[in-house]
Amino acid sequence: MMEALALPFFQRVLVAGLLASLACGVIGSLVVAKRISSLSGGISHAAFGGVGLGYLLGFDPTLGAALFGVIAGIAIGLVYRRVRSGLDTLISMVWAVGMALGILFVAFAPGYAPDLTSYLFGSLLLVPWKYVAWIAAVDVLVLLGVGLLFKELQAIAFDEEFAEVIGLPVEMLFLGLLSLTSLAVVVLMRVVGVILAIALLTLPAATSRQWTASLAPMMAGAVALCAACTGGGLVLSYVVSDAAAVSAPPGPLVVLLAAALFAVSSALRRVTKARP
Amino acid sequence: MSEPAFELEDVWFAYGEVPVLEGVSLAVEPNDYLAVLGPNGSGKTTLVKLLLGLLRPARGRVQVLGTDPVRARGRVGYVPQRTSFDLDFPIRVADVVRMGRLSRAGLGRRLGAADRAAVDRALATVELTALANRPIGALSGGQLQRVLIARALALEPELLLLDEPTASLDERIGSSVWELLQSLSERLTVVVISHDIGAISRHVRTVACLNRRLHAHPSRELTPEILEATYGCPIDLIAHGHPHRVLPPHEHGGGKG
Repeated sequence: MMEALALPFFQRVLVAGLLASLACGVIGSLVVAKRISSLSGGISHAAFGGVGLGYLLGFDPTLGAALFGVIAGIAIGLVYRRVRSGLDTLISMVWAVGMALGILFVAFAPGYAPDLTSYLFGSLLLVPWKYVAWIAAVDVLVLLGVGLLFKELQAIAFDEEFAEVIGLPVEMLFLGLLSLTSLAVVVLMRVVGVILAIALLTLPAATSRQWTASLAPMMAGAVALCAACTGGGLVLSYVVSDAAAVSAPPGPLVVLLAAALFAVSSALRRVTKARP
Repeated sequence: MSEPAFELEDVWFAYGEVPVLEGVSLAVEPNDYLAVLGPNGSGKTTLVKLLLGLLRPARGRVQVLGTDPVRARGRVGYVPQRTSFDLDFPIRVADVVRMGRLSRAGLGRRLGAADRAAVDRALATVELTALANRPIGALSGGQLQRVLIARALALEPELLLLDEPTASLDERIGSSVWELLQSLSERLTVVVISHDIGAISRHVRTVACLNRRLHAHPSRELTPEILEATYGCPIDLIAHGHPHRVLPPHEHGGGKG
């Protein structure tokens, strides 16, 4: 194991995973507290449309994902605040349409898309330094946005109507939150892929929630758990690949670790009863 | 004479084809303690949302504290129905009450000494200072109701609007909420939406009966005729053995409104 840590590529991957955990834990906590997981699922799958567009038009698919993700987030967000019924259907539609567009765009793209599965299922091992810098940039945006507007975001997550009534710009804050969510999802797309991103966004946050009583500690815990899952998944991937002489992708291992932690934590929570 | 705390002039509202309010006119004096009484679907919550500027009337005029409801934001304390809250939300009592201070704070502004003092006062008023650090998931129904009242008080409102503050609280706890509101009504206008006829009879100063139309303009006394018009069926006003009666001692007949 120690020899893996000495490999430059492994270090790069570890740094990428840890940086991604920062955005993941902070935004994931808001998503879980505000109960907009399915909305975030819609965003992450819509982002796949952007991946396809990138292939079709020959620009970086990750940029396309960010673009589609933010547009889908803002579109759902605008409707969310206006109609409360039928929101489920709308989210499913955006979810499916994004995937459908992505598949079509890829089919129309010239040549073969060799690393398409890396967008679907993650490709942490292939992440170049350029993306590590992008992940860091998203972290800065998330920390700035949430750091400066923590009380306001907490207020709209807790009680939108009250926030509106006291004069907060609820819609602007909500769309801002969804835009940051989209960027966090795209960051996670590099780690675990479009399909698994929502699991890594919500599971560590939900686990952290079980042991914390307010939002800021929940975020800190979620970041730590997310980092533990990402790091643990990488190590597992290395160990399993070495032992079984196959190439075990880290993405699914990261998500399975997050789910296992959540299950164990839920069981422990039941045993210890009272919430802190 | 001072201007009304709020004023509705021939207000009409419908959700699509379904009429909710029909020609409601109502003016409430500052420092009144008013209950708006009515059955489910009578338009009570719509009335609150019009006063908060969350809805606009199809016809008619709504004025709050002498201005448009949206412009009055930050001067009106709103206490929503407690039962609609997600008790799983990770937040402590004091954090909820601090939300009341965000109205006057610029976005991203740090709360200062004046804000902290207002939050402390609000917590003291509802007697929850000792529970300031408790997560809301660990509160009783009555305590949560007080937290929501404290949050509204933290913004130091001139008008306090409460939507069913005693819904699904037991008699004793509900009664303590009414008493708290009564003491608040000595320094600000308090408007309560409720169907708790018994409690209203003992505590509030004036009552308005609503069922799409206003069946009684604010007055202290309710007659069987008014209640029948409001609820569509006769209601026993002295049910549950409440010590005070809403009805005047003898049946005076015709409505006051």
